[in-house]
Amino acid sequence: MTKLLANLGHQVTSRLWRLGFASRFFLAIFLYSGTSFRRLQLTLREVFFSGVMSLIIIMVSGLFVGMVLGLQGYDTLQRYGSAEALGILVALSLVRELGPVVAALLFASRAGSAITAEIGLMKATEQLSAMEMMAVNPIARVVAPRFWGGVISMPLLAALFSAMGIFGGYLVGVVLIGVDEGSFWSQMQATVDFREDIVNGIIKSFVFGVIVSWVAVFEGYDAEPTAEGVSGATTRTVVTSSLAILAADFVLTALMFRGV
Amino acid sequence: MNQEPLVQIRDLNFSYDSRKILSGINLTIPRGKVVAIMGSSGCGKTTLLRLIGGQLKPSSGEVKVNGQVVHELSPEALYAMRRRTGMLFQFGALFTDMSVFDNVAFQMREHTDLPEELIHDLVMMKLHAVGLRGAHNLMPSELSGGMARRVALARSISLDPMLMMYDEPFAGLDPISLSIVGVLIRKLNDALGASSVVVTHDVQESLKIVDYIYFVSAGKIVAEGTADEIRQSKTPYVHQFVWGEADGPVPFHYPSVPYGDELMQAVN
Repeated sequence: MTKLLANLGHQVTSRLWRLGFASRFFLAIFLYSGTSFRRLQLTLREVFFSGVMSLIIIMVSGLFVGMVLGLQGYDTLQRYGSAEALGILVALSLVRELGPVVAALLFASRAGSAITAEIGLMKATEQLSAMEMMAVNPIARVVAPRFWGGVISMPLLAALFSAMGIFGGYLVGVVLIGVDEGSFWSQMQATVDFREDIVNGIIKSFVFGVIVSWVAVFEGYDAEPTAEGVSGATTRTVVTSSLAILAADFVLTALMFRGV
Repeated sequence: MNQEPLVQIRDLNFSYDSRKILSGINLTIPRGKVVAIMGSSGCGKTTLLRLIGGQLKPSSGEVKVNGQVVHELSPEALYAMRRRTGMLFQFGALFTDMSVFDNVAFQMREHTDLPEELIHDLVMMKLHAVGLRGAHNLMPSELSGGMARRVALARSISLDPMLMMYDEPFAGLDPISLSIVGVLIRKLNDALGASSVVVTHDVQESLKIVDYIYFVSAGKIVAEGTADEIRQSKTPYVHQFVWGEADGPVPFHYPSVPYGDELMQAVN
């Protein structure tokens, strides 16, 4: 019994300690972010690797999610004779929720895991130590540009995801099923509010970008410098950031749409 | 010329948690000399190198580099000191996302405002010194172990350091590469007017190139001397190490309970 309690205590304190380290690491990223903006090409390179290289998975997934929304939405709406409202349903679902959340989950799997593996392997092969010995701060040179690359990419990817999703909904709803095209677009334009829906969606995707990038760079930097350690860190990045995204989504939705 | 040794280590102790790694180390690296620190794996050699480079802080004692106590330096002063030192890591630690050229140019681009044309000429000069000017476009994954070590060497001398640190520079190299790296360490030291510290367990290659040797065992310096003195040493540890004998003061077995007791425990 005592052993069980001791184990529990150890688990709790070690996790708290790690959370504290992660928070200090987060502050350090901001402190050493000057290089990322002074030498913008460092950050833009990471935008390319995190953002541009994730385009295919994000756009194809967005298209299919939109097509499924079109099918499911039509099936439900036509029972109540409101098939014309399909545009509203597809657009609001994507812009408010599915765009930011699904794009962030995909981003965590595609780019977050890659960032963790890269930084973890740099640590395992002493590249980060070598950088320190060359009087170059690895947080400024390696971590911060990858963090900001992720933060910048995420809202753009979420916007593309939503745009592709709306196009998918249009393909299924209007082109395939035959919902009236005018109603589809006009009802969408009349109902989707820029401030309430689009800006809130952008805020969400920005917050998710911070979460995924923070978790990814931290797990990589804190990885055990072994093959097993890097593999464990990569898995933790996907699991932790996915759970954090879903939890943060609930909190943000509750704050943003409480009047609805 | 300043006659004070470049590196002075006095009464240095270092522990990881409660595990003592180094105790009572006293050592000097004179200017212009190549000094080897030898000892079997896990005896604390690399830790000593990290203490000289300021990556670790001593539990007590001090490491002085160019008159400055390393662990008392502010982060800015430590980085300023590191700009004047070079380190060759055991497996090169080349940046795998950069070409050979960019690896060697890395420090020049980070720490200087030199125009790209001049950086090009300097990088080619450094690569020429290690015989790899023709490989400047290759990526690290395209290099053999020996070539990677030489590129890393070119990178570590890119800012003409006053102190070069080598962590196991001969590990895992074929005899030709090993000899090339050995000769380069000596030649570059003399050409740059630098001082070098070579952490290694490769006795024969080191004795050819170094001026002075310290032997470390279980975290303590157990012998020291010039290459000839070491070759002729009658100290049991040094003799066993230099001639690679299985029998001697360095035990073959990891400490454990007596074998008989272990077998009886299984029976009981």
